[in-house]
Amino acid sequence: MDYATVLQILDSALRLMTPLLLACLAGLFSERSGIFDIGLEGKMLIAAFAAGAAGALTGSVWLGLGAAVLASLALAAIHGMTAITFRGNQLISGVAINFLASGLTVLLGQSWFGLGGRTPALEGGARFATITLPGAEALRGVPVVGPLYAEVLSGHTLPVYVALALVPATWWLLYRTRFGLRLRAVGDNPASVDTAGVSVVRLRWAAVAITGVLCGLAGAYLAAGLSAGFVKEMTAGRGYIALAALIFANWMPWRALGATFLFGLMEAVANRYPEIDLGPVTIPSMFMSALPYILTVIILAGFIGRATPPRAGGEPYVKER
Amino acid sequence: MTRLPRWADLILTPLISLALAFAISAVVILAIGQDPWAALKTMVTGAVGSSYGWGYTLYYATNFIFTGLAVAVAAHAGLFNIGAEGQATLGGLGVALVCLALPWPHWALALPAAMLGGALFGAAWALIPAWLQAKRGSHVVITTIMFNFIAAALLNWVLVNVLRPPGSQDPATANFPAGTHLPTLSDMAGAIGVQWGKATPANVSFLIAIAACLLVWLLIWRTPLGYEIRAFGKSERAARYAGISPVRITVVAMLISGALAGLMAVNNVMGEAGRLVLNNVEGAGFIGIAVALMGRNHPLGIFLAALLFGFLYQGGAELALFSNIPRELITVIQALVILFTGALDNMVRMPLERLFGRRAG
Repeated sequence: MDYATVLQILDSALRLMTPLLLACLAGLFSERSGIFDIGLEGKMLIAAFAAGAAGALTGSVWLGLGAAVLASLALAAIHGMTAITFRGNQLISGVAINFLASGLTVLLGQSWFGLGGRTPALEGGARFATITLPGAEALRGVPVVGPLYAEVLSGHTLPVYVALALVPATWWLLYRTRFGLRLRAVGDNPASVDTAGVSVVRLRWAAVAITGVLCGLAGAYLAAGLSAGFVKEMTAGRGYIALAALIFANWMPWRALGATFLFGLMEAVANRYPEIDLGPVTIPSMFMSALPYILTVIILAGFIGRATPPRAGGEPYVKER
Repeated sequence: MTRLPRWADLILTPLISLALAFAISAVVILAIGQDPWAALKTMVTGAVGSSYGWGYTLYYATNFIFTGLAVAVAAHAGLFNIGAEGQATLGGLGVALVCLALPWPHWALALPAAMLGGALFGAAWALIPAWLQAKRGSHVVITTIMFNFIAAALLNWVLVNVLRPPGSQDPATANFPAGTHLPTLSDMAGAIGVQWGKATPANVSFLIAIAACLLVWLLIWRTPLGYEIRAFGKSERAARYAGISPVRITVVAMLISGALAGLMAVNNVMGEAGRLVLNNVEGAGFIGIAVALMGRNHPLGIFLAALLFGFLYQGGAELALFSNIPRELITVIQALVILFTGALDNMVRMPLERLFGRRAG
């Protein structure tokens, strides 16, 4: 394997990491506020469909992005209603949201476009444009670092850079602002936040809304960045991998970057080398595709590190219990 | 807050939830420019309007009874098993291995062996998440989701690299020997001189599913183990204080749950396909969640809810054939049923409680 191949794989890993990272950060906000969200998959899926449909109809990626965020927010609102207003089961709500998205996207897609659940291919302004970072061409000649900058870091679309920038932003928001302190507190001990006179309900709604926006961006990137249009079930379990990454990252933003990059890299390697030949044994492609899930189970089992979720996660808050 | 009368809790709330789900589905059908009334008529005619329709409805219902019972047994122990899909996938592998292992002379010999194979493999797939939950506190919801994906990858690998007959391109096993072919309900009706459900896949597994309902009812409400499972599900601390071992109940409940999900393969793999193919569970494991929620985790409720979903499944297939409504409509209805009966339960319940409270007071 030469340097050029390594660069290509890293480039692809960065791209494949982006929807995972966005969804993972989305889940981080929700779960840090004490609301489990296994509906990341569904929100991303409906957002991808909205971006594909609105992009195809209007030819504008920005309208597509807007539609994606709205669609994702609508499902997030259902989840918020269940988890906050009616104190229902958050896990069941997540399952319902995933199926709702899975069914609605095909139902609406088929009746609007008649392409078996796909949306028409997106072209030109309906997709995110690639951005060449300043000095990428000038620095290309510098040995080792130059190609890394020009090939891997430069030349991605906006959501990739937004996702990367969101990592320090999330860290800052969580650990350096009053909102972040309260958000973390509401996920660990909502009663204390309530006692301090801060609204648990409002904080949790804010977290659910942030989750909706980030899943919307993730979905829009899938349909208008990574691919050119929506395809049935195009999230392909990424919402669950993001959930796995969140556990892997122990609900912390910088580790989320590390975990999603690892999973993105695994996908990139598996795409490039479907069967990895290690001499006596060949690793089958099915093993590579199952690896994120296997790793998550091992992490959860506590054999590597220890996953400690927010303490009040999944429990509806009732005043004056 | 007033408590609802038992009949309202068991019958009224699921019915209102179902009505809400259907009403929203009707709005969705209207939104895509179709006629909900015509759609309903197509579904009713296609699913229960002929013995042919019934043959398919009962076939699907059989799958959903098994997965619904699987989710319900875990739910009684306070565990949310999202892994019935993966457990049924592994159950299929168990059934296939049994069916291909011997040149079975008669189905009556093959069936018990295949049931054992399916149940064992399904239970084994539930064992690791159960053990991790009991011993290491890893949330069973997350691990069972992960095990669904791992099961799909594993089945893919086994079919492509191990069980695929030489020379075949298709990722599937060879056809099972003739001695494993289960009698269909149509054959059985024919034996007593009744023409019913010709060329439909409903088979003797339907009767096994009914027996499973009875056995689960006995287990949960008439045995010490069932009492322990329910006590543990209601309050882990109280159960622990009463000397019930959390590890034992978690593992045993999940093993029974996995075994029931695995048993589904007798119907779809052995009874219908006659060989093991990729993605043979087709989401029945997830429908089990809707069925268990709707049936209030009671075998009778699960039986009725499974019939309803069997009707929706077969009706949805007919709808896709004879109208412009894709069968994904059923996924939407399924999602709404899960949402209203499971997640937004309180939304349905609160106004009812107020209504009954006013009457009583």
